[in-house]
Amino acid sequence: MTVYLLRRIAMLVPLMLGITLITFTVIHLAPGEPVDMQMAMNPKVGKEARERLTKFYGLDKPLPEQYFTWLGRLARLDLGRSFSSDNRPVLDKIKERLPITLSLNLVALLIEFGLAIPIGVLAAVKRDTILDKGITVVVFLGFAVPTFWLALLLMYFFGVKLNWLPISGLHTLGYESYSWLGRLWDLTKHLVLPICVASFGSFAGVSRYMRSAMLQVIGQDYITTARAKGLSERVVIWKHALRNALLPLITLLGFSIPGLIGGSVIFETIFAIPGMGQLFYQGVMSRDYPVVMGILVIGAFLTLLGNLIADISYALADPRIRQQ
Amino acid sequence: MTAFKTSFVAAVFWPRLKRNRMAMVGLLVVLLLFVISFLAPFLTPYDPSAINAWDVLQPPSWNHWFGTDELGRDVLTRVLYGARISLKVGFVAIGIAVLLGSAVGLVAGYYGGWVDSLLMRCVDIMLCFPSFFLILAVIAFLNPSIWIIMAVIGLTGWMGVARLVRAEVLTIREMDYILAARCIGCSDLRIILRHILPNALSPVLVAATLGVAGAILTESALSFLGIGVQPPTPSWGNILTSGKDYIEFAWWLSLFPGQAILITVLAYNLLGEGIRDALDPRTSR
Repeated sequence: MTVYLLRRIAMLVPLMLGITLITFTVIHLAPGEPVDMQMAMNPKVGKEARERLTKFYGLDKPLPEQYFTWLGRLARLDLGRSFSSDNRPVLDKIKERLPITLSLNLVALLIEFGLAIPIGVLAAVKRDTILDKGITVVVFLGFAVPTFWLALLLMYFFGVKLNWLPISGLHTLGYESYSWLGRLWDLTKHLVLPICVASFGSFAGVSRYMRSAMLQVIGQDYITTARAKGLSERVVIWKHALRNALLPLITLLGFSIPGLIGGSVIFETIFAIPGMGQLFYQGVMSRDYPVVMGILVIGAFLTLLGNLIADISYALADPRIRQQ
Repeated sequence: MTAFKTSFVAAVFWPRLKRNRMAMVGLLVVLLLFVISFLAPFLTPYDPSAINAWDVLQPPSWNHWFGTDELGRDVLTRVLYGARISLKVGFVAIGIAVLLGSAVGLVAGYYGGWVDSLLMRCVDIMLCFPSFFLILAVIAFLNPSIWIIMAVIGLTGWMGVARLVRAEVLTIREMDYILAARCIGCSDLRIILRHILPNALSPVLVAATLGVAGAILTESALSFLGIGVQPPTPSWGNILTSGKDYIEFAWWLSLFPGQAILITVLAYNLLGEGIRDALDPRTSR
C-alpha cells in the first residue's frame, strides 16, 4: 500500500510538468503578443511604454527562458497580476472565486449521485420492465439536452413565467438588511436553478453507469449464494450487491471533476454567478493572459488531485488492491 | 480481408442493426439532417440572413412557423441552415479526433515499452484539463473561425479513442496471424495498417458516432457563449444567444433551436448505442 502510494505520488511530478508545458504552449500559440492586446485597448500608449511592458512581462526573452521563469514563479504560487484594470494578483482573484464554484459543484455532485445511484440500481433490478425502459428513455434524453438550453428553459419557466425564482446573481439587491435566516433563504432561492442545471449535467451518465455496474454484480455467484441462504431481496440488493457496484463509481467521481469545472463556465455565465467559470470566461473574452493561464493550471491540478484522491479511496475500499 | 469485411456487414452487422428499432430511428434522423443541410435553400423561401425590420420578434405564425428573431429573420430558415454547421463540425472534429487517437493508440499498443508509457502519459495529461476551458482559451486567442473550432474540438477529444485503440491492439498484437505476418516478413507499418487497424476499428466506430453528438453539443455551447460560429452565419448555439437576450418576450427563439440540438444529439446517441450492440457478439439476440 505504501509503495503503491509513493509510486502514485511520484507520477504526479511529470504530469504536473506536462500540464504547465501544455498551458504555456496554448497561450503562446496565439498570434501577436499579450502586450498588443493591452495596447489595442488604449491607443494613446506610446512605443516607449510598450517596450517597458514587454520588458516587465519578460516577453523579449526566448520562449524556453520565459517558460522556466513562469514555472519558477508558479512554484512559489505567484501567478502574476491580472491585465484587467484592477491589476490584482491572479491568485487573489482565484482564491475569492474558487470556494463559490467548488461548493456549488459539491452540492450539485451530492444531489446528482444521491439521485442517480438509486435510479440506476432500480433500473438494473427491474431490468427489461416498463420501469427500466422508462428510465432508459429519460436517461437518453438527459444525455442529449444541452445544459445551457435547459438553463434557458428553467429561467423562462420558473423565472419569467411563474416568477418564483430569481434568475441571476447570488443575492437580491439590498439583501444586507435581511436577518440571517432571510439571507439564507435568499441565497437558497438564487441557487436552486444553477444547482439543478449543474447536477443535471452528468446525471444521465452516472445512472447509466450504475445500472451496468449493478447488472454485472447481480450476475455473480455470491449474489446467488446470498439469495440461496434466504436473505431478503432488499438486503441482497442494497447491502451485498450495491457495495461492490459502487466501487467503480469512485473512479468515475475522480474523472468527473474536469467536466464539472468546465461546465461551471456555462451555468455561471448564464446565471451571473461570480465563480471561477465566470472569471475564466471574462478572462478569455478580455484576453487576460495571466488569469487564463492561472485558471487552466489550477483547474488541471485540481483534477490531478481529485484523481489521486479517487485512486487512494479506491485502494482503501477494495481489499484486492490494498493487499497488493 | 475486404471480402470478409463486406460479408460481415451484410450478413451480421446490418441485419442486427436493422432489428434495433431505436437505432433505425436514429439513422433515419441522421440521414434526414444530411438531406436538410444539402437542400436547405430549397426548403424555405427565406434567406437566413435577410433582415426585415417590419417582422421583428414575431411569434410563430403561418408565414413563419418558428417565428422571427430580433432582426426579423425567419427562425425556421436559420435552424435549417444551422444543421449545416452542426453536421460539418461534428464530422470534421471527430474525424480529426479519430485519426489522431487511432494513430497514438496503434503506435502505443504495438510498440509498447517506453513509447507506450510516454504516449499514455500524454493522454493522462490531456485528460486533466477541463476540456471546455482549453477549447475556450485556444479559440478565443486565435479568433474564432469554424475551421479553428473544428480543429480544436478534435485536438481536445482524441484521448478516449487512443485508449480504446490501444486496448484493442494489445490483444490483437498477440494473435497468431500477426506472428504469421511477421514471419513472412511484413514491415511494422504493413502489419499495423493492414492487419491490426481493421480489427481494432469496431470500438472506434461506436466512439466516433457518440463523439459526433458530443462535438455538436460543444460547438453549440461555444456558439451560445459567443466564441463559436460568428453571426450572421446561423448556428443552433448562436440563435440561442438571442433566445437568452429576449427570453422575456420571445420563447420561440429559445425553444426551437434547442429542440434541434436535442433531436440531433439523441439520434447520434441512439445510432451509436445500436452500432455498439450490433458489433458486440455477446448481445446477439
